[in-house]
This record gives sequence, structure tokens and C-alpha cells, in this order.
Amino acid sequence: MIPAPFDYESPTTLEEAFGLLDRYGDEAKILSGGHSLIPMMKLRFASPEVLIDINNIPGLSHITKDGNTMKIGALVRESEIEHAKELIAHFPIFADVTKLIADPSVRNRGTIGGNLAHGDAANDHPAVMLALRANIVISGKDGNRTVPIDEFFHGFYMTEVQANEILTEIQIPIHGKGTGSAYHKMERKVGDYATAGVAVQLTLDANGTVTYVGIGLTNLSPVPMRAERSEAALLGKKLTDEVIAEAAKCASEDCSPSDDLRGSEEYKRHLVGVLLKRMIHKAAERAMA
Amino acid sequence: MIECKTSKAISGMGHSMKRKEDGRFLHGQGNYVDDIKLPDMLYMDIVRSPYAYAKIKNIDSTAALAIPGVLAVITGKDLEQYNLHWMPTLMSDTQMVLPTDTVMYQAQEVCAVIATSRYAARDGREAVKVSYEVMKPVIDPYKAMDASAPVLRTDKEGKKDNHIWHWEAGQKERTEKIFAEAEVVVKEQMHIPRIHVSSIETCGCVADYHKVNNQLNMYMTTQAPHAIRTVIALVAGHVGLTEEKIRVISPDIGGGFGGKVPVYPGYVIAIAASFLIGQPVKWIEDRSENLQADSFARDYHITAEMAGTKDGKILATRFKILADHGYTDASANPSKFPTGMFSIGTGSYDYDTSFMECDAVYTNKPPGGVAYRCSFRVTEAVHAIERITDRFSLEIGKDPADVRMQNFIKKEDFPWKSPMGWEYDSGDYHAGLKLAMDTVDYWGLRKKQAEMRKEGKLMGIGISTFTEIVGAGPSKDFDILGIKMFDSAEIRVHPTGKAIARFGTKSQGQGHETTYAQIIAEVLGIPAENIQVEEGDTDTAPYGLGTYASRSTPTAGAAAAVAARKLKDKARKIAAYLLEVSEEDLEWEPGKFFVKGAPEKVKTIQEIVFASYTNFPQGMEAGFEATHYYDPPNLTFPSGAYICVVEVDKETGAIDVKRFVAIDDCGNIINPMIVQGQVHGGLTQGIAPAMYEELIYDEDGNILNGTLMDYLVPTAVESPSWETGHTVTPSPHHPIGAKGVGESPTVGAPPAIANAIVDALSPYGITHMEIPITPFKVWKALKEKGVV
Repeated sequence: MIPAPFDYESPTTLEEAFGLLDRYGDEAKILSGGHSLIPMMKLRFASPEVLIDINNIPGLSHITKDGNTMKIGALVRESEIEHAKELIAHFPIFADVTKLIADPSVRNRGTIGGNLAHGDAANDHPAVMLALRANIVISGKDGNRTVPIDEFFHGFYMTEVQANEILTEIQIPIHGKGTGSAYHKMERKVGDYATAGVAVQLTLDANGTVTYVGIGLTNLSPVPMRAERSEAALLGKKLTDEVIAEAAKCASEDCSPSDDLRGSEEYKRHLVGVLLKRMIHKAAERAMA
Repeated sequence: MIECKTSKAISGMGHSMKRKEDGRFLHGQGNYVDDIKLPDMLYMDIVRSPYAYAKIKNIDSTAALAIPGVLAVITGKDLEQYNLHWMPTLMSDTQMVLPTDTVMYQAQEVCAVIATSRYAARDGREAVKVSYEVMKPVIDPYKAMDASAPVLRTDKEGKKDNHIWHWEAGQKERTEKIFAEAEVVVKEQMHIPRIHVSSIETCGCVADYHKVNNQLNMYMTTQAPHAIRTVIALVAGHVGLTEEKIRVISPDIGGGFGGKVPVYPGYVIAIAASFLIGQPVKWIEDRSENLQADSFARDYHITAEMAGTKDGKILATRFKILADHGYTDASANPSKFPTGMFSIGTGSYDYDTSFMECDAVYTNKPPGGVAYRCSFRVTEAVHAIERITDRFSLEIGKDPADVRMQNFIKKEDFPWKSPMGWEYDSGDYHAGLKLAMDTVDYWGLRKKQAEMRKEGKLMGIGISTFTEIVGAGPSKDFDILGIKMFDSAEIRVHPTGKAIARFGTKSQGQGHETTYAQIIAEVLGIPAENIQVEEGDTDTAPYGLGTYASRSTPTAGAAAAVAARKLKDKARKIAAYLLEVSEEDLEWEPGKFFVKGAPEKVKTIQEIVFASYTNFPQGMEAGFEATHYYDPPNLTFPSGAYICVVEVDKETGAIDVKRFVAIDDCGNIINPMIVQGQVHGGLTQGIAPAMYEELIYDEDGNILNGTLMDYLVPTAVESPSWETGHTVTPSPHHPIGAKGVGESPTVGAPPAIANAIVDALSPYGITHMEIPITPFKVWKALKEKGVV
């Protein structure tokens, strides 16, 4: 890896990091796991003048349950999520998704905060967080602000995090009994971005009626996308084949994939429907288990 | 079970001895070219063309030279002054080292930056400004053959088209007649995709020229150090670099697979830079350069046809090939074989008529094609014959296993003369396929398949029963640039009975340091552990043509056995002298001679060797050394029977390889563990073009998957659990009955996988799929048939 020259800063407190962000502004990039940033620097698609390494800042590596909320620090590694028992007990979707993120050596470094803050619809956590209706804690020198995930992604590589701010925590509401979640992506080989990926979380009441549903899609649009019409097709209904087919049809219609080496737009629209059906079934099975 | 004639302490042939070289690799003590650091060493980086076809209007180095540490920017015009801007390819075509006016493919070398650090060199590369006049490239090889296509190689005087050469072999008229009259004729168009070896270590070198001594030490990643030394002498002789002044050292190599046989422009530029500057120059490719610019493999467009009877007898085959060589024919074939050993493509089947032809063309793509883990185009040939055999079976409605059993050359018919004139040395194809079928429970699987089909589920079983042709080769037919394709071994046994052996080959991971030692141990009874094997230094090793095309065991391995036998003859003489008996009275058991009927009268090989330095018969030459240059009388013909089982997800097109049984017959086995390792790696490289890998270009000649993000090299995750086994049919002409195994799995696996997938899809009228077969392609095929 032979990037363009850059300076390196390694703050040990958030305050110090904010000071550096103030000083360097747009010239700086934050380094957490580095698994998106460093490949871009290697290819010189990104040439930040300063890297601000936040790995030595304490207090960003927790996974804790606080009442009805799971809180995940931005520096939590994918491999830690993969083995986080309590988190996975509430959200089995994390067992699905982490196994599909790259390979073990990448998962040992890559962080959940970086995966989201990169603002890439091809990453896997954005769809998961959309399905889980997560809230994102963004910190700056004036304090913290909490942004619903629906308002977090603004465009290709663009998020609500401003140049002088740092994503510090993800907060996920825990739904009650009868909730299940699931994720799957089709990939050409391990480590590939998704040809299509679907995240689902839903809650069923005693009659099998959907009382809550969240659906996020991976790599099927320029900006991470929540499949709102598909959610509406399911909400308040029982999961009959017709209802599920309608939700799948909506997702196929509403996503905006493009042709690439992974497949044609038509194939991806087809795939999202197939995967959505399968993930609804899987999430429902887990909800009823 | 493999029978061993020697004890485990000696570890001759058949022992699964742990690899002697692995200690240093596992401890991180390997010595690769990038580990070499010399005093005052400079670093080179290469500016490459973003366009597939363009005139160079100007190269502006001002900004690059202003970067601290950047010393020079070398262009084609600079090399032209020394007549070093062109070089020959191994196929006697020509190739630019650096262009003086035109670039012919994307990622072609444009100029080189020399700097005091690798970082400065890369910064310099980014700062060089090149202006181009872009021209419309020729990318499609069929369009390159059009009369209206622009002529690309205008550097060749009088060249009026893009055609390179035409090759044909076989019986044209008889083939046409059989095809015209046959009950059944099948035909499929197949593309064997352009792929890349993608070895873990990229290519590179340290060129170290000493002005005072006029001496070049060239550390480089080469599979053929001696041949490279000769090539350098041929290219640079006119500037005073003659062969005795050139030392090529090939250190540890992290995978070669044919990609480290050619001479790449970067090597020559590094030599020129060191020559001009007088300091060592290191050049190490990065991953993308390696993938985008180094020689590709395959890229054969094949029209395959088979004629036969309704009851399954194969009567004739016909293959018409269009070979896309890119900008220049930079294959690494033996000189007389422009299509390599494609003519092995009549396969494992007993019929006497075939016709094959090939036209090679230039396009604006990187040059090639090297023999990627393949004995020169055998992979292409095996895919064609094994796919068309399945197509034929499908056409007549007979099980492909039955068709193969019906047509196999019989064990008793070897040596067998193929319609193309090859003499297959030995084989037992029926036994191999039977073992594979028993292992996988073939008929049980066919029953299961029928049941699954009733439920609408797609399961497929694919067979590949291939014959390889390796060990190039006999000097009457085989040479590279005129140098005959023998190989060599030199054994020196020290007074205390420990040995060093040197070879003209070069291991890139094959385990030569272990297997060659085992061959010598087998013959001399000296423990393999005490035999040091050394390769890769042209100043110390005997001349040889290197390691590729599964030739090391058939050639240098044979040389080791013959040289060791010379020493054993000498040992017998010394033993007779020491024991005061005649040679005829002696009997050998591994490691010692003893007197017949008096086993207490014994001399160990170690005692005998010591005597060769201390107490040898009058008139005998002192010492215990032997050298042999082995010219094989014939090639060897390994074979295999592979069966692949897949399930296909109709909705998504996803392909799940459920089983893969590989039965190989590589003759006598030197080290079963190493063979198994070779087969595992080779099978993974076989699944690669079948399901994952292809270098893809758009119509402007841009590579669309120029990084490992998109060029899909399969990993352990993509690999099924390989089930391996073997039959043993020794080569009758090889000194130790071995045949070579390195490439068999790479060659044999792709059609087994393709046949399995097509078999899964065949109920819907699908008769062929182009590799790599991806989920998207499967879905598209099913959609076209109205299934999804």
C-alpha cells in the first residue's frame, strides 16, 4: 500500500479529536477500522492530508443494554458483534450480517461506526439499521445529538455527520415478544459487495398480525434505502403468501439498482423480491420461536 | 495405500514426508525478491497507459522530477538510444519495452520513474503528465479478423491484417466425410475465458549492475532462471552484457503458475536503469499492475463438434479455434507448438479421426497467453472435449458415464497412438472412472436426481475424464528459442554422507526441496532429510529450462534418479573394493550393500561415500558427484476422473457445489501428501474459471475488473470439501514411473463443474453454458427458457 503522503494524529480523548477536526477541517479523515478508507487511499481515490485515528479514544467500544435500548459504541469491531450473545439474542440479524461482512481478518478490524459513517449503500449495516430503526449518536465539541437512521444518510458517501463531528454510538430500540429479524445478501464471493441484500425486522402479535416491520435494502440504490411500501404492505396484516408477494413486488419496483458485473438491473429487481420473501419468512420464524 | 521401498528414516518415494522448505516459510524466514535489499538500492515505479490504443503526444516529467527523491524518468526514447526499446517474446514475436510513440493496451508501460524510495517513486508516477491522442481500439477478436479492421501492428513492415498465424493438424478430409455421414453430430461454441494466474506474490526484480566488473546480478521472480539469463544475453549482448557476466537468481517464489515464465518489460527497464545509473534498482509490481498488465492465460474461442453413432460410439471430433493474443503473441509455448498441446484434445477416447485448426489474432489487450498451471493449452483442449462429450451424451440420451466407459482407450491398448500422433504412454481410464463413481455413489445420485427433479429441484452431476500431456519434452520436438527442453540434476555427496543437489528447475511452491530429496533417497538410501536441494541460481545450478507445464518431475526428477543411479554404480564398485568381493556378489537394500549370503559383511552408503574421499580403488576418480541432463524419450500422460455434484437455486441462480471427487493417476507417487496438496490447490484454481474468474474488457478496451474486488479469485470459503483419491499406472518410460500432477486438477476440474451445472439445467432444454457460470448467467438462461 503506497498512498499519497499524509499526516497522522492519534488523539486519546474526544475533545482532542474535535480540536484536530476543527484545525484540519475537510483535509482530515477519521480512521477507525480503515477497511473502506485505506483501500481508497491505496488506489489514491482518497488522499486525505491528515488521518485522525480514533482507536485510542476510550469509551467507544461498548455493547450494553440500557432499559429497552441496545447501545453499541462506534469502535465495536464486527467480530465482537459476531460473538455478542445478548445483542444477538435480541437481534439475531447481527449473526446473519456479520458473517457476510468480508472475511474474519477484516471483521477483526472493521467497526460498526465506520461501516455506517462511510455512507455507502453497498455496506451491510445501513440496511440493518434501517430495518431496526436505529438512532445514531453524533458527537461534536458542543455535545451529542441523536439522529434517527431515516435522517442519517444524505447521498453517496454523505451522511448527517459533519466535518467537525464523530459518530460515537448506535442505539437500537428493543421490541417486545414476537419480534424477529434476518439478513441475507447474494454476493459473488466472500468479501464482495452485495448483488442484492435485504434486512427485515418484524413483530407479530398473538394472532400472527404484523404490528411492526422494518425493511432495509443493501446496494440497490445510491443511498441506503428503506423499503417503505413493502413495510406498508405487511403492516397490520397476517403473513399470507399474497401479502408477502405484494411486499416483494413493491421492493422490486421501488429499488433503483444499476447494471454492473454482479448482474443486470432486472436480475437485481428479481433478486430483491426473492430475498425479501425469504427474509420475511426467516424473521417470522424467529419471531414465533 | 502407496507401497514404500525405503524406511521412514530414509523417506524415499511414497512417504508423506513433511515439506523441508516449510520450516522457513512458517517462521516467516522465506527470502522473496522483495526481501532483497542492497546498499544504495533505488526503486522503480511504472507509469501505465489509461487507454487501450493511443498515440503518445508528450511525456512531461517536470513535476515528477521536482519531487524529493525522484532521480529520473525513463522513456522509450531514452531506451531507443541503446536499442533496448524492443524485445522478443518467447514465441519470436516482438514486444515494446517502452513505447516511443504508441500504446497498444490499457496498463501498458509508458515510462518509468526511478527514486530513492518506493513512496517517492509512486508519488513521481502520479506526477508524470502524459498527453495522448486516443484512437479507437480493436477489442473483439472476431472483429479484428474483419478485412475492414484497422491494422494494429504497423510496426511490422508489410503487415496488412491482424492475423498472427494459422495452425492445423489432423485429417481434414476424413473428418469432413465422417461428419457428413454420421448419425449424430453435435456442435457448441465455447469461450475459455481470459484469466490471470494471480499468484500471491506479484512479479518483480532487483537489477544490480556493477560497472567496474561489467557484471549483472539479476534477482527476479522467474520460473526459468537459466532461460532468462540466455534471453537477457540475447537482448542486451549488444551493450556488452554477455552471458558469463549475467547471474540470474530466483529466490523463494510465492506462486508462479506460468505467469512468471515470460520476460516482462519491467524487468528490462530495471536492468536498463541499473545499467545507466550504476546502482541496484528494485521493481515490484503492485496487485493491480500484476492483474492488469502481466500475461493473461486462455482466451480461446472454440467451435467444438463431435460425430458419433446413436448408440454412443465416438467417431470423430473437430475443433476450430480463434485465439486472442492481445497486442503480441507472448505465449510461453515450445517453439514448434503455437497452440501448445491443444492436440491432446481428442481426449481419453478410442477413435481415429480428428481435425483441429486455430487462427491467432492481435487485439488491443494485454499480451499473452501463458500456460496457467497447464501444459500449454491443455486446459482449453480438455474443456472442449469433455464438454462436447457430454453434449453428445445428452443428444443421444445416454448417461455420460456410460458413453465414456464405452469409448475409453482400453488399458491393454497402451502405448496408444492418438489421431494427432501422440503416443499415450499408459493409463487405466476405466479403473479411474469406476473408482470415482463408486466414491460418489454415482447411480445412487442419479436416482436422487430423478426424485429431486420431480419436486422441481435442480441437481446436476458432471464428469470429466481427462488425459493430460506433460513433461515437455523430447528434444526432437521441444525447444524454447532453440534451446532443447531437457532438464538437469547435479548431486554432490559430502564425505560424511550428506548431500547437496542442484537443479535447472525452480520451485514456486511445488515442494521440490522435499520431493527431489526423496527421489535421491529412494535410489541411494541417503535419508532425504540429509539431502539439501538448491535451485534458482544460474551461477551454481546446472542449466535447465525451468518449472512449468508439470515438467519438473518428468524431466529434472528423472535427471535426479539417473544421476543417483550413476552414483549407486560407483558405490557398488567401492563396496566391492572395501569388502574384497566382486560386484556381482553384492546385494543392495536401501542404504547399504552387503555380501550375498553374508549379511554381516556390509557397507553403508555413508561408509562408501566416506571411502570415496579417503580410501578408493586405484584409478578411480575421487569424490562422490554426478550430473545428468535428462532428455525424455516421450511425454508423460497423467489422467484423472473427476465427478462434481451441484445444486442450483432456481430463484436466484446460486450454485452450490455439494461434492467434488477427484481421482488422479499421476503414475508412481513421490510424496502422497504433496500430491494431495497440489490437487487441492489445483482444484480451487479449476473452480476459478468455471464459476468466478474472467478478465472483462469494455469496447474501449478498459478492463472492468482490474482489482481483486471484482476479479473473483475463489478462497477457502468458495471451495467445496475436495474428496481426492488415486489410481497408479506408472509411466513405462520414466526412470521412476512418475508422470507429474501439478496441473491435472486445474485442467480437469472446469469441465466437470460446467457439465454438472448444465446437467442440472438440462431438463429445461439448456445444452451449454459459457464459463465462468455465475448465478446471474444461470438465472438469465432459466429466464430465457421461461422457467423463472
